[in-house]
Parts: sequence; C-alpha cells; structure tokens
Amino acid sequence: MRQELHRFFRAARGAGVRVSPVESIDAMKAVADVGFSDRGILRDTLLLTLAKSEDEKQALGNCFDLFFSQPEVKEETAPEDAAESAAADSGAGETQTADAGAPLPELGDLAQMLMARDRNAIAAALANAANAASLSDIRYFTQRGIFSTRILDLLGIARLRDDLDTLNATNPPEAERLAAATEALRESVRDTVNQALLLYGREEAENLRHEILRNAPLARLERRQVEQMKALIRAIARRLRERYSKPRKRQRRGHLDTRKTLRRNAAWGGVPFLTSWKRRHRDRPKIVALCDVSGSVAQVSDFFLLLIHSLHEVVDDVRSFAFSGNLIEVSDILDSKSPEEAMGEIMSKVGFGSSDYGGSFADFEKDFLPTVTPKTTVIVLGDARTNNLDPRADILRTISERSKRLVWLNPEGRMAWGWGDSEMPRYSAFCSVVRQCATAKQLERAVSDIVATYQ
Amino acid sequence: MEHKKIMTNNLPADSIEAVTRGLASAGYIASQQIATAVYLAERIEKPILVEGPAGVGKTELAKALATWRGLKMIRMQCYEGLDEAKALYEWKYAKQLLYTQILKDKLGEVLGGADTLSAALDKLHDFGDVFFSKEFVEPRPLLQALEQPKGCVLLVDEIDKSDAEFESLLLEILSDYQVSIPELGTVAALVKPTVILTSNGERDLSDALKRRCLHLHIGFPEQKLEERIVESRVPGISQSLRAQIVGFINQVRALDLKKLPSVSETIDWARVLVLLQSTELDHETVKDTLNVLLKYEADIETTMPQVTTFVAKAGRQGVFG
Repeated sequence: MRQELHRFFRAARGAGVRVSPVESIDAMKAVADVGFSDRGILRDTLLLTLAKSEDEKQALGNCFDLFFSQPEVKEETAPEDAAESAAADSGAGETQTADAGAPLPELGDLAQMLMARDRNAIAAALANAANAASLSDIRYFTQRGIFSTRILDLLGIARLRDDLDTLNATNPPEAERLAAATEALRESVRDTVNQALLLYGREEAENLRHEILRNAPLARLERRQVEQMKALIRAIARRLRERYSKPRKRQRRGHLDTRKTLRRNAAWGGVPFLTSWKRRHRDRPKIVALCDVSGSVAQVSDFFLLLIHSLHEVVDDVRSFAFSGNLIEVSDILDSKSPEEAMGEIMSKVGFGSSDYGGSFADFEKDFLPTVTPKTTVIVLGDARTNNLDPRADILRTISERSKRLVWLNPEGRMAWGWGDSEMPRYSAFCSVVRQCATAKQLERAVSDIVATYQ
Repeated sequence: MEHKKIMTNNLPADSIEAVTRGLASAGYIASQQIATAVYLAERIEKPILVEGPAGVGKTELAKALATWRGLKMIRMQCYEGLDEAKALYEWKYAKQLLYTQILKDKLGEVLGGADTLSAALDKLHDFGDVFFSKEFVEPRPLLQALEQPKGCVLLVDEIDKSDAEFESLLLEILSDYQVSIPELGTVAALVKPTVILTSNGERDLSDALKRRCLHLHIGFPEQKLEERIVESRVPGISQSLRAQIVGFINQVRALDLKKLPSVSETIDWARVLVLLQSTELDHETVKDTLNVLLKYEADIETTMPQVTTFVAKAGRQGVFG
C-alpha cells in the first residue's frame, strides 16, 4: 500500500499540488492512523495533509478520484451471462469451463482467464503487468504505444495469439468469443495507459508547455495559445502581487530618531531602552503607460495592459493610454470591463491605424501632461516605427524630465532598432531604461523591475 | 514527567466519531472533514490552519475544542505590526531598573572588596545574568501556551492580518513546540498545546508555514448540517422555521453579494426571529430583519426584490423537505 501512496504523491505533483517530502511523511503517518477502510476519510486525510489551498484541494480531490477509480475491465460483447462473472471464483487458473460446457483444449493462463470472464483476476493481472512495465514512468503522450505493447507482452499476448490460432482450427465459436475478449482486453490496457498518462504525465507536459509559452513571441501567438497565454499572464500577475504587495518593514527603517527616542524613554531618565527609528519615505508606485496598439505591437500591448491592470494591490495608480494615429485614455475601459471586452473597445477606438508617434505624443502633452509627476514611472510600449513622420522627441524629453523614470519597452529585437523608420536610437536618449519585450518572460521581468524600484 | 505521561495517554481521541461526539458535547456540530482534522492534529501532533470565509466557525472550533478537553484556551489575536515583544515575551525593563536601584547598595557591598576595576568585573561575572533570568521575563501568549502544565489550546487568530516576519517567528513553535530566547536558551513545551491558526485569506501565507500545518478549509455548511447547528445554538426554535431559515439563507448565498451571510449570521437571525416570536417565515418580517443577515446596503438592495420568491421557496422546502 505504501507503493500505492508513493504513486499517488507522484500523481498529486502532476496535478499541480506541491508535495514535499515532509508532507508525504506526514500524510503517511496520518494514513497509517486512519487506515484505508473508509475512502471518504482517506480522501479527507490526504486533502488535509497535502493540499495547501482551496485550489489545490480541488485539484487533489480530482486527482484522488481519478487515481482510485481503476478503469473498468471491459466486458466482452456477449451480455447473455453477466451474472456468471460475479460467480466466478478466484480459482481462475484452474480448468474452469465456460457456460457452453464444451471441454476446452489446453489454453494459456490469460486465455483461461478471458474465457472464464474472471474480471477480478484480469484486473489483478493487468495491475501487475502495469507495475512490471513501470507504467508510472510514463511522461509524454507519444509513449502510449510503447507502454501498451509492454503491458500486453507481460500479460502474455503471444501465448494468447497462439491459443487463438489453435482454437480457430478446432473450435470456431469459442475462438470468436476469445477474439472478442482479447479486443476488450486491449481496450482495457489502452484505458489504463491513458489514465496513467493523465496522472503522471501532466507535470512534465505542463512544464514543457509553460516553458515554450513563456518564450514564445507574444506578437505571433496562435489563436489557441492566446487563452493559455492569458492564464500565464494571470499567474505572473499573481506572482508579482505576492512578491510586492507586502513591502518589507525592515527596509523602510531609516536612521535613529533621536528626539522621539529621548521622549519615549523619559520615564527611565533618558536611558534609551526603547528606540525609535525614522521611516524612510517610500512612494507608492504610480504608473503612466503609453501603449502603441497598431498592427503587430497590438498583441503585446494587450498582454501588457492586462498585466499592469491586474496589479491593483501593488500599484496604486495606473493611468493607461492607447495610441496609434491619435491617443486616448483607456484606464476606465480597462478597469470597468472584462479584458476581452476592454480590448475590443480599445481596438475599435484607436486600434489598427498606422502609428504616428509624434502626433500621439502631442496629444498626450496637450491633455495629460499634468498626470506625470516626479513620482511617476512612465512606460512607453511600442516599436518606435513612426512611418517617417515627425518623431517629436522633444515631447518625450519633457516627459522624461517631469517623471521619476521613463521606461521604453520595445517588442522588436535590438538588431532592428534604428533600421528603416525606427526612431528608437533618437528616443532612447531620453529613456532611463530601454529593453526588449517580446515574450511573457521579458514582460514579467520588465514589470517586476519597474515595481521593484518603488520597494 | 509523570504528569505528562498521564496527559498524553488520555488526550488523543481514539476515533473520528469520538471527536465528533466530543465537539458536539461542547456545542459544536462538526462536519466529517473538521472532525478528521482535529483527530489527525492530535494524532500526528500538528497545528491546524483553518481557512474560510468570516463567520463559519473557525474561532468557535478552537473554543469548542478547549471546552470539550477542559483545557485553557489562550488566544492570540493577530494584527499588523504584531511583534515578538507582544506575542512571545518581553523583558520587564522597569522591574530590572528598579531592582538595580534597590540592589545598588548591595552591589557596592559585594564589590567593595575588590581593589581594581577588573577584579570588580570578575566578581560581577560570578553572579551570572541575574537580571536576565526568568523572573524578569514577561510571558506573552505564545510563551504562556508553552508553559501551561496541563497543556492548552492555542488559538492564533487571523494570522493573515499579521506581517510576514511574524509568520517566520511562529515557525519554531509550530514545528518543534519550543521558542528560543537568546538570553535564556530554549523553552520547550511542558505539554504540547493543540494549536489552531485561522485565516480569512486576506493574503497568501508562506509555504513554510503552510507546510507545517494541516490545512482545513471550512466553507458554508450543507443545509442539513446547518440546520443541526442552528438547532444546537438556538434552543426553542421550531423545526419548520429552522428549515425555512436555512433554506432562505442558502438561496441568498447563491446571489452575487459583497459579503455572503455565513453561519454566525444564520444563528443571529434565528435568534432574532425567535425573539420576535415568529413561527413562520413571512416576507414582512424578513424584510424588516434583513439587516441582521446582510451587512452592506448594496447587498440588502440586491436581495430585497427577491425576498418574496425566496420565502415562498423556503416555505415549500419547510413543508416537504
């Protein structure tokens, strides 16, 4: 049973529940105490000891149900004597004749079992074979075939085939039954392997997918990846929130506040038992984001805005502006609507034009320049391709001078900066930081750095 | 040691049913999950971290456990800025200072024989750390819990309200049932207390803390269970009214509200209705007493138009269910 539990821990890890060695020891102890007899209690016990949040409880509960529901051993397609399988005793290996009563020729164990329709024996044999084939090592869906073959070999499929041939010659009706049973057995094996893949393969597959997704260029995602990417962005947002929403107290401690200390310790004749410290002043993050939503940059802006607006706990004050030909404020749209709707509305208002950086900067200067204060970080996200219009770098300079920091995130690679109509070199002169931002990984790092400067 | 032996032999309940019965005797109707958690906590000596919405009986669980076991309950309410001086121990500065003043003359006497400064210092060393001994330690809840001769139930309430640093402070207590005081050494528990931590999920707790605890999530109870809870908490309520109240509240919980009514609200409301001597749930009384159930104006506004249908549905449930 310990083996079984170890396998369950592996499956739990696959389901996204982090099970550390200590936790598994605790779970073992607890299970040893409550026993295996009551499945409900066993489930509660494992949920209590292993899962650490409600989501994990959900995932682990599902995993438990899947793990302890062995796939049904398929009945062959002759339903006339369903009761017989229940009546079949454990003595499967003996010459137990089937309902027809016809004396069977010498058959292999597996064939005997199948003919006797001894479901318990078949299930046990299947489990043993799966163990021997170390089915729990399955990682990728491409391995399904090889594991199925291995299990069937271990069950003795070769002998079964011989038996089938002999029966075909001697007793055609029986042979037909055996063939049907064999087919059912294959199906059971397939189910077993699929279940194992679901249990044990998930972790690897998930990791691989995440890694690929994190490094995929945001601008060229396939449609089905977009949903996954949104989930990934949410995960990133959660991570950033956890890291930055509770500023550490000690870092805020400045030097000794002499006056306060003396006053506080007046009762002890000025002997400083209790010290008071000045608190270093820290700005709450204020962000003004200017996002290019034209053409190829749109998708990156999308994800960027999604990320920055899901950081409410960390960032007090975000004002977002979107532009291509002209510039509008989009903060309210983003805050009040669901991400999909918001993006749709923004796109319909300003999206998909050809970008005019100079004109958009002029719009910003005219209406929104007061939003930039010495505490603000201004983030511009765009490829700086101005379509050969006036870049108005002078406005960017004004913004830069007014703000705490000016960060430019460019989805294009460094190699492309300055080529064609890219004005990046001219703009970058006024930026505190310029970085490439084409993948989720780079996006996370960029936002993390911006927030970290306020810590 | 003799004492301890007796306690540990007596303490852990021998089955999950025994825990359920025990808690029920203290007026706490526990679901199987809760009972399993309490049972395991005693068996494998781990703290329980209870999460769930406000008012589902997280704190109540600790109280019931203490009542059932006949142990003292030591409660530590967490809040932002809580530190070890308030949670663990503090030196009694004033007392130390006072004693030094009083003992000044005595000190002079003792040191009088010494000729040189270093000799005086040596003599002083011989007395050891007189002023950093146990007499000058003011034990705060956590240390108190460890020093209880009969063991106790330690409730660390709303741990999510405290700072991350405080969590780290708790780790030593949670895993080894001991605390380290730099000047005195390590204080281990005489009898391991049963520790219950509660959290409303305002922020995520650290993995290190979570991994040391059994994680119990208490959600809103099922209808039958909630009826039993009301029955045990509000004596003298008729069965039909009980069923109607719980049925009504379950429907309210399906609405999109800012703060869903939880078990404590159910109990309060049941008490109010008993006081008002209602025997049936009718929409007039419900409308008048809705403010017991819902704590936000906006929530009341959302629920108000639905009251009549809810009452009708709950009434039918009361008759047939």
